[in-house]
Formats: sequence, C-alpha cells, structure tokens
Amino acid sequence: MSAVVEVSELTVRYSGATALDGVSLFVGEGELVALIGANGAGKSTLVKALSGLVRAESGTVDVRGRLAQVPEGREMFGDLTVDDNLRLGGWRNGRKGRDTGAIYELLPDLGPLRGRRAGALSGGQQQMVAIGRALMGRPDVLVIDELSLGLAPLIVEVLVEHLRELHASRGLAVLLIEQNARLALELCERAYVLEAGRVALSGPASELARDSRVAAAYLGGHVAVNP
Amino acid sequence: MSDLLGYLITGLGLGAGFALVASGLVAIYRVTRVVNFAQGSFAVLAAMLTSSLLGAGLPHGVAELGGVALGAVAGLVVGVIAIGRPGTTPGTSLIVTLGLGVFAYAVEILIWGDQPRSYPGVPGVASLAGARLQAHYLLIIAVTVPVFAGLAWFFTRTDLGKALSACASNRYAAQVVGIDVRRMGLLAFTLGGALGGLAGVLTTPVQQVTFDSDVALIVNGFAAAVLGGLSRPVVALAGGLLLGVAQTLVAGYGGGAYQVEVALVLMLTVMIIQAARTGPVLEAAR
Repeated sequence: MSAVVEVSELTVRYSGATALDGVSLFVGEGELVALIGANGAGKSTLVKALSGLVRAESGTVDVRGRLAQVPEGREMFGDLTVDDNLRLGGWRNGRKGRDTGAIYELLPDLGPLRGRRAGALSGGQQQMVAIGRALMGRPDVLVIDELSLGLAPLIVEVLVEHLRELHASRGLAVLLIEQNARLALELCERAYVLEAGRVALSGPASELARDSRVAAAYLGGHVAVNP
Repeated sequence: MSDLLGYLITGLGLGAGFALVASGLVAIYRVTRVVNFAQGSFAVLAAMLTSSLLGAGLPHGVAELGGVALGAVAGLVVGVIAIGRPGTTPGTSLIVTLGLGVFAYAVEILIWGDQPRSYPGVPGVASLAGARLQAHYLLIIAVTVPVFAGLAWFFTRTDLGKALSACASNRYAAQVVGIDVRRMGLLAFTLGGALGGLAGVLTTPVQQVTFDSDVALIVNGFAAAVLGGLSRPVVALAGGLLLGVAQTLVAGYGGGAYQVEVALVLMLTVMIIQAARTGPVLEAAR
C-alpha cells in the first residue's frame, strides 16, 4: 500500500514555542487514520502543515495526490449560499470542475439547502457543507479537523455513516483529527496519539482502544470492549 | 418645488461620484481589511490624465477610458506596495496607503503642475419637469447605474466575484479551498483603482480637479462607506447618494461653503453610534 500522505520528522515552531517536534506519520491509499490528542497537542498545526498554511522548520510533508480539508469550526463562507460554498470548494479545478451536482447526489441532505446562506445553518448542516466543499476538490485524502466538536451524537452518526460510504464507494482516504477518541478509534483502522507535539503512541485502532494509557487519558478511564 | 427637484438630481449626480469612491474603498476593505487612504488620488490621477489626453486631441470616451485605466494601474501599484509583502498587517498597509497618497501629490505636481484642471463634459443645461440642472449630472447618473449593476452581477454571478466575496467572508476558509487571498487582494485594489478613477473622470467637468482634490473625495467616500461598516457595498451606494443630496440641499438652501462639513458631521455621527453599538469599525465589519 503506497502512502497518499507521508510526514517525516516534522518540526514546526511559532515564535519560539514548539508546536510539532519531529512528528512522523503516514496515511495509506484509501485508509482511515485517526489522530487523537488533547487540546494544544499540535493537531491543528499538523493540519495546517498538510495544507501548506504553516512553514516547517525541519522535516518534510509529502502529499501525493489531492488533499482537501474540513477545517475545525467548519469555517463556512457565511455570507454565501450553500451552493456557492460548494462551488468554491472546486476552485482549484477550474471552471469546468465546479459543477456541484454530484455533491447533492452524494449528500442528498444538502439539496434542499442549496440556496440558503451558509451562516444561517445549524452546526450539523454546516459540517455537511464543509465535507461537501472538501469533496468538490476531488480529493484522494480528506483531512477532517474535529468532525464531532459541538455536534449532537445523532448528527455525528449520520456524518460518520456518510464517511464510511465515501470510503467504501470511492476508496477515499481519511485522516480524522478528533478529540472524541472513542469515535475516532471506532471509525478508523489505524491511529496516532499526539502528545505535546510528539507522536506518543501509534498502531491499529483496535489495539489502541485496549491500551490502558489511551483509556486513561482519552476514553474516560474505561477500556473499550472491542472484540 | 422645481428648485428641489433640481437639487435632488444634481445631488444624485454628485452622490454617484461619492458612491464610486466609496465602493472602491469597500471593495478593497472587504477583501484585504485595509482602509485605502490613497483612494482619492486614483480619481485625481485619472482626471489629470484625461485632461491631458483630451488636450492632445483624443476624442471623448477614449480619453476617459485612458483615465480609468490609469486609475486601475495606480490601484494595482498601491496594492502591490501595501499588501505585496506577506505578513503585512492591515494597520501597516493603511499607513503605506496614506504615504502613497501624499507621494501621489508630488507626482501630480511634477507632471501636471499645481493649477486646477478641468475639461468639458456634457454641455448645457437640462430641463426636467421644470427643474433646471447642469446636463452633465445626468451623464454621471447614467454611467454610474450600469456600473453598479455590473458590480452586483460580478460579485454574485461570477466565480471570480464569489471568490472575492469568499475572501471577505472568511479568509482562512478561502485559503483552505486554495484561493490565493493575496492575489484576490491585488485584484480588489485594481478594481478599487478603476472605480476611483471613474469617479474622478466623471466629476471633473462639474468640479475642477487639483492635486489635493483627493481629500474632499476621500472624506466623502469614507463617510459613505462607513455607513455600512466599510463592508456593505449597497449601503455605501445609498450612503454616497444620500450624502450628495444632503450636500446639494445644504448648498442650495444654506451656503455652499459647508459641503465637506456635512460629510464630516455625518461620518462622525455614524462612527460614534457604531462604536457605541458594536465596537470600532473593524469589529462592526466582521
């Protein structure tokens, strides 16, 4: 399996403070990978480095294929319509690649919302738009920064179901950055645990879910029962 | 009564010029968060060049287009200097535009001297339902209306216009989807330059231009733009027209010497109210 994203020995500093300290990880083609960690562990910095929005001090970020991002907090173009939000997701494709029709087939819930102002939608609807906007970039790998943050569990379930379908039908790889470790470890095949800018643990999600350190720090002390 | 109608139409013509300057300010501020104090000098440069081109024998229309083109180029140059370097804060860029506005004085005096210039526009006096006004004001209105309709179409119907609006709405998200926000900023400066240039070219036949005419234009344009927190083009248009009408009424029934004061009083009132309601303009625009 070849990697669509390969990060090696990545170090990023913000005016002296080290945000990432020699982080290495990879996402294979069509693989679902989770990155879990507490606030300030460096997750968002890693996302920005993947999109080329922060500069690495050392190390490399190698993205083979197209990467699209679902940013933390959804980051809608609030004054624009849902359809315009989606269209701009295809900005890099050129004019012919900005037809939004396929997205409404993949995410039918967006159809009735297409003319609405994105800023006026609920959090769950916005997250759906953010995923649709990212899919407009025809990605090989989708980087999702906090899928569940601030959303009701039922809505998160719907989103997760969509991601599973996209993964199964299109072989879409996903790097899911999540505070909700239980959700991340359930959805994904493999996971990394980021602590204070370093990869503290990594391995198959099922193993990490049983790891006592992960359980204590991220799963509220209870070891997940995962056969 | 016919006096009033004449004042109203003249005011709309005058206000259309303010609205053009204001919409240039808004176009630039929305995308870059920079208040462009060089906005008035685009109008002066465009008007000066138009007068030279007409003096050299070029026909009307061509000379005016040349002026607007110079405004657009000046806008791009100011943009490159003000926001070209990555990481420049809007505050720093604002000071740069202020400096460039003063620098433009030197260029204008070197090339065109310090005497007022003008050129003929639409000649004569028009009669409209008993009201008499300078016919050129009708031309200003007739040009400004389709320009604003075109801007509305550009920003809401084209991908490029939507991308500009996207930068205004959420800079970070624009970067995430791959929009080059700095290039969009330069495009906004160029557009702002053209709009400022058009204002200068259109209004010079009824208000002669000198190198420091930019002060009155920027005060009026800013007063109109600030009504909409510097970020709402439609409010800026309405503000410009309102300001033009108010000034013409004050000049017609009161005294012509108080025109700029009308703008200043309006601007201060709006800014004080906005600051009391929602914090400074920067916050209001979010």
